[in-house]
Order: sequence, then C-alpha cells, then structure tokens
Amino acid sequence: MNDKYPPIVDGKSVYDLDSQKYLKMWQGPQHPGVTGNMSLELDISGDQIIKCNTHVGYLHRGFEKLMERRRYINCFPIVCRICVPEPDTNEYLFAAATEELLGVEIPERAKWLRTLDLELSRLASFFMWIGGQSGAFGSGTVAQWSIAYRDYVLDLFEELTGARIYHMYMIPGGVRGGLPEGWIQHAEKVLDGASKLLDEIYYVTFHNSVFKSRAKGLGIITPDLIDRFGVVGPNVRGSGIARDLRKDSPYLVYDQLDFNIETETAGDTYARTLVRWKEMHQSISLIRQIIMLMPKSGPLYTTLPNVLHLKVPAGETYVKAESTRGEYGYYMVSDGSEFPRKVTVRGPSYSHGMALLEHLAVGVNIADTHGLMISLHTYPPEIER
Amino acid sequence: MNLKDVLSPLYVWKRAFEKPYTIKTLKEPRPGADRYRGFHQNDLDKCIGCGSCAEICQNVSIDMIPVSETKEGDSGLRPKIDYGRCCWCALCVDICPSGSLTMSNAYTWVEEGLDKDVRETFCFTPGVDKKPWDNEEKGYRRLEGYELSILERVKMEELAPAERVNSFIEMVKGFSKEQAKKEADRCIECGICTATCPGHMDIPGYIRAIREDDIEAGIKILYATNPLPGVCGRICTRRCEEVCSLSLRGEAVSIRWLKRYLTDSVEAEKYRDLLHDEVVPSGKKVAIIGAGPGGLSAAYYLLRMGHSVEIFEQNEAAGGMLRYGIPEYRLPYGSLDKDIDFIISLGAKVHLNTKVGRDVNFDDIYKDFDAIFAGIGLSESFKIGVEGEDLPNVTSGLNILKLVTLGQDPQLGDDVVVIGGGNVAMDAARTARHLGAKAKVLYRRRLEDMPADPVEVREAIEEDVEFITQGIPLKIEQAPDGKLDLIWGKAEMVDDGSGKRPSPVLIEGSREVMRVSKVIAAIGQGAEYGWLEGETTKQVKLGKWKIEADRWGRTDDQKIYIGGDMFNKTADAISAIADGHRSARSIDSYLAGEEYPKDRF
Repeated sequence: MNDKYPPIVDGKSVYDLDSQKYLKMWQGPQHPGVTGNMSLELDISGDQIIKCNTHVGYLHRGFEKLMERRRYINCFPIVCRICVPEPDTNEYLFAAATEELLGVEIPERAKWLRTLDLELSRLASFFMWIGGQSGAFGSGTVAQWSIAYRDYVLDLFEELTGARIYHMYMIPGGVRGGLPEGWIQHAEKVLDGASKLLDEIYYVTFHNSVFKSRAKGLGIITPDLIDRFGVVGPNVRGSGIARDLRKDSPYLVYDQLDFNIETETAGDTYARTLVRWKEMHQSISLIRQIIMLMPKSGPLYTTLPNVLHLKVPAGETYVKAESTRGEYGYYMVSDGSEFPRKVTVRGPSYSHGMALLEHLAVGVNIADTHGLMISLHTYPPEIER
Repeated sequence: MNLKDVLSPLYVWKRAFEKPYTIKTLKEPRPGADRYRGFHQNDLDKCIGCGSCAEICQNVSIDMIPVSETKEGDSGLRPKIDYGRCCWCALCVDICPSGSLTMSNAYTWVEEGLDKDVRETFCFTPGVDKKPWDNEEKGYRRLEGYELSILERVKMEELAPAERVNSFIEMVKGFSKEQAKKEADRCIECGICTATCPGHMDIPGYIRAIREDDIEAGIKILYATNPLPGVCGRICTRRCEEVCSLSLRGEAVSIRWLKRYLTDSVEAEKYRDLLHDEVVPSGKKVAIIGAGPGGLSAAYYLLRMGHSVEIFEQNEAAGGMLRYGIPEYRLPYGSLDKDIDFIISLGAKVHLNTKVGRDVNFDDIYKDFDAIFAGIGLSESFKIGVEGEDLPNVTSGLNILKLVTLGQDPQLGDDVVVIGGGNVAMDAARTARHLGAKAKVLYRRRLEDMPADPVEVREAIEEDVEFITQGIPLKIEQAPDGKLDLIWGKAEMVDDGSGKRPSPVLIEGSREVMRVSKVIAAIGQGAEYGWLEGETTKQVKLGKWKIEADRWGRTDDQKIYIGGDMFNKTADAISAIADGHRSARSIDSYLAGEEYPKDRF
C-alpha cells in the first residue's frame, strides 16, 4: 500500500485532513474535460488523485419525463437536445423506436439519408472531441483547427437539414428532405479538407512528445474493467476488443457499406485517441460511399397516421445505435395512448463518465484529469437527460 | 521519444500563413442556407387561421390572435410567435394545411429598446407585423417527398355508372369501420367546418368519436345540433367540406360520409336509449306547419324542451323536400324514415294530408297553440317564361321527382330535356336516366357556373346525361309526331365589368331545335303564401320575396316563427335544420317569458 493513500479502517478510507497530507478539491462544473457541465470532487495527496467522486445533474432538463406528457410528434423536436454535440443519434433512435412500435418501414432513400446524417454527425462530434483531447494536453492549436473545421461540417448540416446544431431531420416515418442541389460537390470539398486536416492533426498530435508522454499509459482500461463498467465504443476498441454495433447488429444501411472495426491494443488514452482518429477517417470514407451508393430519387417519408393524434400500439422496444461514445439506446414503452408511457435513454457517457472515471482517476495527476475525461469522451447532457 | 516528436509539433506554424477560417460577419453578412430554418413568414392571403401550427408546437410558442382582415372560411385568427419559446423545429411549417407558413433564411433580428413589456420582446405575428424578411424567398419550405398531412381521402365505394343507372339502389356504399376510422384520422380538428356549418355541428367532435370508436358519443354529438343526421350524412350540401383546411392542398375530410357512417352504425331502436333524456312537460303547445327538415328539427328540439308539438303536413308522408325532392338513389326512404320516425316517436302528433289554409284554418291554429313555427319550403316551381310552356308534356323537375316518390309513372317517354343547372335539374335528369330515358340538360351558362354540386354534375356525366351549356330556351312547339320541339338559342358569356359573374346573352339569330318527348323545367322554386291570409297574421310582414323575420326566425308577431328554404338564403337541408333548432330555442325562451336565448347561436 502506497503511503500516499489514506489508511483503510473497516473498509473505509480515513482522512486526517489536519495532517495536511490530503486535500479536497473541486473541479467543475465548468470543466474542461467534458462538453457540458459536470464536476469532480477530488481527494488529492500532493498532486495525485487518491479518490474521485463525480457530481452530475447540472444539465438535468427532465427530457424523459417531458416526453411522458407529449405527443410523439412533439417529442421529435426535443430528443435531439438530449446530447448537444451529437444530436442525430437521439433523433434516429427516437424515430426508430417509434417506427418499430408502429410497425412502419421507412423508404430506402430515407435510410441512406439517415446513415449519411449519422456519419456526418459522427465526424462533427469527433472534431469537437479531438479539439478537447489535444487542448487538454496543452495543444490548443489543434483545438482551434478542429473546432473551426467542425463548422464546415455544420455548414453541410445547415444545407441538408436547415439547421446547424439541432438538425431535427429524422422524423418518425423518414427524413424531412433530400439532398439539396450542389450539396454533394460541397460535401466532397469539405471531406477533402477534413481528410487533409486529419493528417495534419496526426502529424502534430501523435508525433508530439508532450502528447505522447502524457497520453501513453494514462487511464488504461484493462480487459477486466470492460464488462464490469459496461465499456463500449472507442473506449473498448482502444483495448483491443472489436465491438461496434454498426457491424455487430447492423442498422439502416451499414451492412451495405465497406468498413472495418478500428482497434488498438494498449487501452490507454493514446490508443483511444488513435482509434477515434482512425474512425474519423472511416467516417469520411463512409460518407463518400453513401453519397456514391444512395438512391438519387424516391420517397423520403412513409405517411404515418395523422401525427396530431397518433396513437402508438401498446408495446415496448429497445433500439440501439453506435454513437461516437459507443452504444446509445432508447427504451420505449407505449401503453397505446397518444403519449409515450416511458422513454429511457441509455447514454454511454453514464457509465464512462461516472463509474469508470471514478475508477480510472485514482492515481492520476490533477493536470491529467481533463485529458483522461476527454479520452473517455463524456457528454454530460446524455448522462442527465 | 525521438527528435521527430520534438520537432513535428512546430509544423503548426505553417498554418499561421494561411487564410483564416473566420469571416468578418458585420462587413459581409453570411446568408443562411437555402433551407435554413430562420424567422417565420406567413402569407396572409393563404392563411385561414386554422391553428394547426399552434396545435403542433411543442413549446406552446404560437398563440392564435384575432386580426382585422379576414376572408371566407377563415377563423379570423393568425399565429403569433414567441421567439422566447420557439425552437425552430418548423413542425408548424410542415403541418400548415394552407402552406401559408414558411421560414425565411434570415436569422438576425435586432430589436431596440428594453422598455417594452418583456413578454412582448421578440414576439410577432408573421405577415401582420412587417419584418425585413417578409419577402425573403429562401428559407425552409416543406420539401418534396415529405408530407405530414394526409391529403388523400379514403375512397368511397360507389356503384358503377352502368350498374346504378338501371335502378334506384343507393349508389354510395358507405364506409366500413376501418375505412371510417382511417378517414376520421385525417381530421386536424381546426374547427373551421363548425364555424361554417349552418347548424354549427361539432364536426371535429364526432370525427374524434369515430376515431376513438365511440359511436354512441358520436350520435349524441350529432343530435345535439342535428336531428336528421342520417339524412345529412347522405345529401348534405356540406359547406363544411368546402372550407375544410385539408382541401386547400388536398382533399377535404369526407365529413358527410363519416356522419353517415355514425348513423348507419346504430340501429333505429337504440336511438331512444342513447338519447334518452328526462323531459319535464311545460304544458305549452307548439304548432309546426310543414314536416320538412326545418319543421322536423324544430319539433325534435321543442319536444326535448318539454313542449308538446303538432305538425301539419300537406303530403301523405313527412319529410318535405327530403322525401319528394331527392331521388331514392341518393337518399333511400328507409334512411329518411329512420330519422323521422325517431323524432315522431318522441311524441310529435303529425296531421298528414292536412294543408293549412285548405284543410285547417291558420286562425284556428293561432288560437289553439302557444307558438307556431312555419317551414313550408319552396314548393312552387318557377316558370321558364317561354311560349308553349303550357303544352301537355312540359312539366317541372319537382313534379317528376314527386311522382317517382309516389310510385307513379311520370311518363317521360324516351328522350327528355331538363332546363336548369341546379341540384333539382341534376336530380331530374338523373332520375330520367334511371327510368331508362335519354336525358339532356340545357343550361344558360357554362358548366363551371352551375350552382349544382360538382359531384352531382360529375355523376350525371358518368351516367351519360348530355350537357348543353350556354343555351337559352326560346320556344316550345308541338311536333307532328306527338313529341315537342324545344327551340333554343346559343348564348355567349358577357362580362359587364361590374365584377359579377358573366351573364349569358343570346347570340343574334341563333336558333336550334331539339325534339324531345318531355321538357322538364328546373330553374328554381318559390314559396306559396296562401295560408297566411287570415285575421291573425296581420302583423306578419311580407317583404319583396320573403316573410320578414329576425335572425331567430321570429316574425313581427312574437308567436309566429319561420325557417327553412322560405327563410334562409342558402336553401338546403342543413340550413333548414339549423333554422328549426334556432327557432325552437327562440320559441322556448319566448314561452318562458324571456326575450331571446341567452347563448350565442
């Protein structure tokens, strides 16, 4: 037992704060390690964390409860707000759950457009993340590049969906619009630029002595933690396990696209960063494939019964999709009325950002907390819904 | 760690010499994308104030507020949007039945002064409050291939023209339960129909009852404003469907057929249980002259109010024009009797074959009863006003229809011409077709000017009725073979520039001859006021065309009320029913010693 750590009596750590050996410190809720608000209560010894407690709830807006008193069509504009940087997964899953309970099949073209929208949002979300990841280790320049470039991706969203952040594009029944004229050419340009930027980012991040020394060995997710903490997404792929819902249980048109699951074996922050960086390239490749393969015409929307008094048959369903953070799920229960009886959102940040972080933070230097949190890719809004 | 890892981060300096991403917004404003969901626009010429936008708005950011400029089929309300609540989801644009509400791609709104009421800051009524983006052409519009509203109606099954022309079987088959629920689902419950319906029926209410499969509630809603729903479910002129907000971009909800579905779903015997109501007898007696829709409606509501009712009807059965003016293939006698029998079963005493002025004296009725409602309708056909009109084979549309109802042979021969373009003309021509004769319709104006229901015109065409438009009858002559020669002339449409519809003017020298076995005139009807001659009706004023009465149907004599075709301008069944209802309530308040009913309608 390291003498830095407090002695354990009856299974509990005993802090003698008067000894001046330990310090309680709050980080957050304006925390650089997350996109949103969340705070950490750290017990530190020197500059090393010996215990971490997470405090969430700063972003609780009660969406799940709100939905119980809203018609399905009225839930559609609010679900995207559950996760701010990557709203589309919410839109897709809410629509998919509703469609499944209704027994509605959406048109083929809508499926391709949904996949396109999801991949674009993955790219935008990762651009946001990579800025945070490098920023957390002192490389603010990459953050400037990536966050700025994300806006070019948002331009694509604006042209396709009519909005930059909350796209509200995937409505139950289909999508709200096809590709506008000239969009593909614009997208090609943005994707070429993104690809080039990613290579530059690779050069200054993964060949950066500061980044290497700080990220390597930080927050190693060992195989025994994976099932214990329900680790999914790039976090698990960074530990060498090829787990990806797009392959494991393909939805939309992912089974028609050509891609492999990207993995790394080290399980540390560096490995996870590399996995995500590779997935950004993968996203670009997927978007290109979608643009090439998608049907150019056809219906976008399957006419549902009148949405103003749509009643969904009683039943329950769980639908899931691979978001940038891993498995994102919607559990929806309908009692046959106009309102969903219960919609529960499974945001992967819940397990990553709280339990897993509390476990991994022990022993980490205070200055590396942000880098660790970002490497787990936590979006607090989806923890609280 | 190697030297490369130390040096490569310096690569970032390369970017210092590149063009920055940022743009100088203030100097070069960046327009939103073509379908950007920016600030709202509302085309007031199209907006009917249906309130669907307010209904679908999940943030309750839209209020419907009254505006001064309105039009026909318009609620008089316009959406006012609170940008403190709006989330720019554009569902309001997607659901807008008229397509009037759109979003521009403008996204900057600078408002000066915080002295305004904070609740009014960034609130505006698009279209009414002028904004710089009102005429912006870019922005979010409903996109092709995506439509939230269900614009197509559930198809009503009908007998094929060839099949129906041989008989008088009802041609419209009616909805099945599934079809009715599907059709009822289309309704967006804006209620413009309720405002337009002469009887102000709670149309969204009974459509909701169908949707929720609560037939009994639906029947109750129907009878609250209309005691002849089975009739209206078949032959109503359906002004409601004309203003249905879905009809602006698609097909109106089949309100008439849904009403029919409701009444067809309930057996006549169950009406009594369903609509059972304890009635306290008032001891007052009301006489009703004419058992048409107006009289029957008044009778029903007066009975429900506790008054005893006696109906005087000149024909041998009740129903008035519903029975004698509408062919069986549109309104089967069974359906008519179902509604009428229920009203009579509530306790109305009906004197059939009793014409006031002939069989009973109006003065006696006036003395014996506490109030009188007269709904005698328009039973006198107008004359065409041409030479030869009194020849034996010239008759009126109403006469033909009545003879057929009575089961008598109208002796049409094999070739008839109907003069006129209204519903009676269509009924007469189609009846002739159903009886096996060839039928032509001669109308003064164009096809699109016809006052007849377009559906009737379409069905008549399907049944091979020949339409001769812009034709003016000039003379009828006896032909040597026992038939008639109808001499008519072609007309041209002349617009006198007064804004009225163009009128037909005979082309000089045009003369055509048509040899037919029967000439049927159906150019309109008037009322007959012989019954009014008496001591007690001195106070009742006869205007130029009609008896003068206030909006409650009350004549200058407080005891005498009128309604139906002789009173209202629209002259259809639902208007008569509405008059009956209104007068019944007015009579009720009069009998209770009050001036007028307290509530609005």
